Amino acid sequence: MTLRLLDKIRSELKGTKEGCGEGECGACAVLVDGELTFSCLVPAMQCEGVKIETIETQDPLLTHLKNAFVEKNGSQCGICTPGMIMASLALLRRNSSPTLDEVREALAGNICRCTGYGQIFEAVLHAAAQARV
Amino acid sequence: MKHVGQSIPRYEGHLKVSGRAIYVDDFVMDNMWYGVTVRSPVAKGRLLSIHFNGDIPWHEITVVTAKDIPGQNVIALIDDDQPALVDVFINHVQEAVVLLAHPNKELLEHARKQVKLEIIADTPVLDMHASQKIFKKIKLDKGNVDDVWESAYLILDETYETGAQEQLYIEPNGMLASYVAETGVTIWGSMQCPFYIHKAMKRFMNLDDDKIRVIQLETGGGFGGKEDYPSILAAHAALLSYKCGHPVKMVYDRGEDMVSTTKRHPSRSKYKSAVDASGQLLAMDIELIVDGGAYMTLTPVVLSRGTLHAMGPYKCPNVRIRSTAVATNSPPHGAFRGFGAPQTIFAVEKQMDAIARALNIEPSEIRRRNFARFGDSMSTGQIVRDHIDMNVLMEKAMRVSEYQHKRKEWAVSNLHSNIKRGIGLATFIHGSGFTGSGEKRLASRVGLERKADGRVTVLSGSTEIGQGTNTIFTQIAADALGIDPSMIDVAQPDTQLVPDSGPTVASRTTMVVGKLIEQAAQNLTRIAALATSPPSGEVSLKAYAEYVQPPEIQWDDDTYQGDAYPCYAKAVYVAEVSVDMVTYDTRVERFWALQDVGKVVNPRLAEGQIAGGVVQGIGYAIYENVIFENGAMKNNRMTNYIVPTAMDAPEIHVLFDETPSPYGPQGAVGIGELPLDGTAPAILAAIENATGLSFKHIPVMPEDWI
Repeated sequence: MTLRLLDKIRSELKGTKEGCGEGECGACAVLVDGELTFSCLVPAMQCEGVKIETIETQDPLLTHLKNAFVEKNGSQCGICTPGMIMASLALLRRNSSPTLDEVREALAGNICRCTGYGQIFEAVLHAAAQARV
Repeated sequence: MKHVGQSIPRYEGHLKVSGRAIYVDDFVMDNMWYGVTVRSPVAKGRLLSIHFNGDIPWHEITVVTAKDIPGQNVIALIDDDQPALVDVFINHVQEAVVLLAHPNKELLEHARKQVKLEIIADTPVLDMHASQKIFKKIKLDKGNVDDVWESAYLILDETYETGAQEQLYIEPNGMLASYVAETGVTIWGSMQCPFYIHKAMKRFMNLDDDKIRVIQLETGGGFGGKEDYPSILAAHAALLSYKCGHPVKMVYDRGEDMVSTTKRHPSRSKYKSAVDASGQLLAMDIELIVDGGAYMTLTPVVLSRGTLHAMGPYKCPNVRIRSTAVATNSPPHGAFRGFGAPQTIFAVEKQMDAIARALNIEPSEIRRRNFARFGDSMSTGQIVRDHIDMNVLMEKAMRVSEYQHKRKEWAVSNLHSNIKRGIGLATFIHGSGFTGSGEKRLASRVGLERKADGRVTVLSGSTEIGQGTNTIFTQIAADALGIDPSMIDVAQPDTQLVPDSGPTVASRTTMVVGKLIEQAAQNLTRIAALATSPPSGEVSLKAYAEYVQPPEIQWDDDTYQGDAYPCYAKAVYVAEVSVDMVTYDTRVERFWALQDVGKVVNPRLAEGQIAGGVVQGIGYAIYENVIFENGAMKNNRMTNYIVPTAMDAPEIHVLFDETPSPYGPQGAVGIGELPLDGTAPAILAAIENATGLSFKHIPVMPEDWI
């Protein structure tokens, strides 16, 4: 069994989660050289010398997102939250003023079973607005 | 100032967004081993022997079977029929037979494949309609239905079916157990009901109360799927730890979780209705059957709630309900948000729509003519005592959604388009708390502890599983004590430290446990006033409250008559859909969820709960199809069991009315399960409006249109 990037990350940091092990739920999402990546699908050995960003990474935009998710109740049980926030970070880095439809599409690979997504969208749009200030 | 009614931020919000919240797979102990399960490939049979094959260092691996159980091989719940591990008889595919533990997870994955079970297979019963084994029957009679068939203007006899549904919490089931001879067993994990696990462990491990400690860790979703199943996983982990002498962690992967744990009960209901010329109900003769799977688990209670919700919010002078729960050789079905009510509410709403269609009366009008009002009697004889007018609620829902205008407009535009648009509604109620004498039996308790520095801790076995328990407890306690919510902590549910507040299920936490918090606060205030000096150093003040059933609530379990629930949340949901008549793709475009919940404790959290539930309900209606093979879920991966994504969630308008109930804190009643009741029938009504097609089952998949 090949060591996955997810396992390597979780051997040190627990914020990135495993929900399905098959790249369907997005709970394991991280940024690899800035690209949104489902770490449960990537062999760890492919990730030597790359920049890996997780929910624990210090980043001002990430901080805006975390605060917005608290303020707007974008996190209920919390298990999808780290991956959802990383996917949101990837969006806001390339598009600082997304429309609601652009947010939907950016988060299409992250499954949430608790929120129905509405308050997640509000959180992302709010974070984008705060970051633009 | 009042804190109940404010949208204060989630109590554990910062922990969750930072990734610092600790779920069971994040929790690591020194010398921890892992555990895996070997399961039966056969749905029914007898185990002859177990063979350990392959190039595996078996001497390093701890192997556990039923023979290793120190207590009784039973997962205690309602009946004692479910073993923790197969001894001889196998009753469902995926039933747990052998457990393995080792420090290396990867080795275990290889090892489990090399365990061969020698089984004499028997013929399983996989069709609920062919089953001869009955878990429970319920009879409910009001008036006499046979008096009216002859004089009825119209008799309508229809059959409705609902499929299974997988809870799909994004965090799979997981437990960590540590057995130490001197102190007993400690269990940490993902769960809704720590005291259910505690109770089950006593008989299973043959240990006293004080030798079992169950601690809930952050739980990534439950929806009922972590109500009773965790007791099985806890038993397995505890047993492995007992035998190997190390803490043992067992976390299911997604495929194992989907194939072997509980699902929503599939159902079939037959509704025979007699109405007069104006569409008023004269008689309802209902037959309900649910598939319980191989063991009883919670099935009798699901059947009960289904039975008690089978008449919806309607009045009818003559009602006969015959409900049956049967066994099949499937993994046992269990709790899923709604718990029997989604099944029968779907059916009664479809039946009302069928009556409307037969009499050429508008669906909202047929409901207007049949709502039970203040003073009317329900199917159990319970008299409607609240002042929530279903008609007023329905008119408001129709107004905000522009229901009539859209039906008129699309009736014309649909003629010229392959994309048909429709709008439909569902009107329904959901009983808060446990049925009848259930709350009395639970005798839930809650505690409040005030320390010297003035901080107060809520002591309760109720769990936070994303629905907001922690947050609303601080709000309710804050108002009851006259302090700020920031001065209040909520203790981690740890059976050694908190009282049993009953299970976190049945939309009961806000109403029943919240009310107890108010009472405990009164007790604490009284004790504090009596104390001659303020608490100092380590001294703290503690006060408890215990549930007492209000005397006016009378229920008879034998006749099924009386007050089934102290009160009900009431709701009207409206769905707008579009159906592509080329691809048969149905999309929910917009949704309105209006409910009267007594008092909204935290508007933002409540809105999030309803919206999330509506999206699960959309899944129940048109996306989530559990395909059974050999009694178990064949499409047990997230790639082929489809739940709504961000692209599928419509714009959802959540609205609340507040008619306070005397039974909840500041008038609040339960809300969590409502959206699983009303969403599917509203969607099917919209599909019918769009296309003229009336489906009698859910889920409705594109292939059903062909």
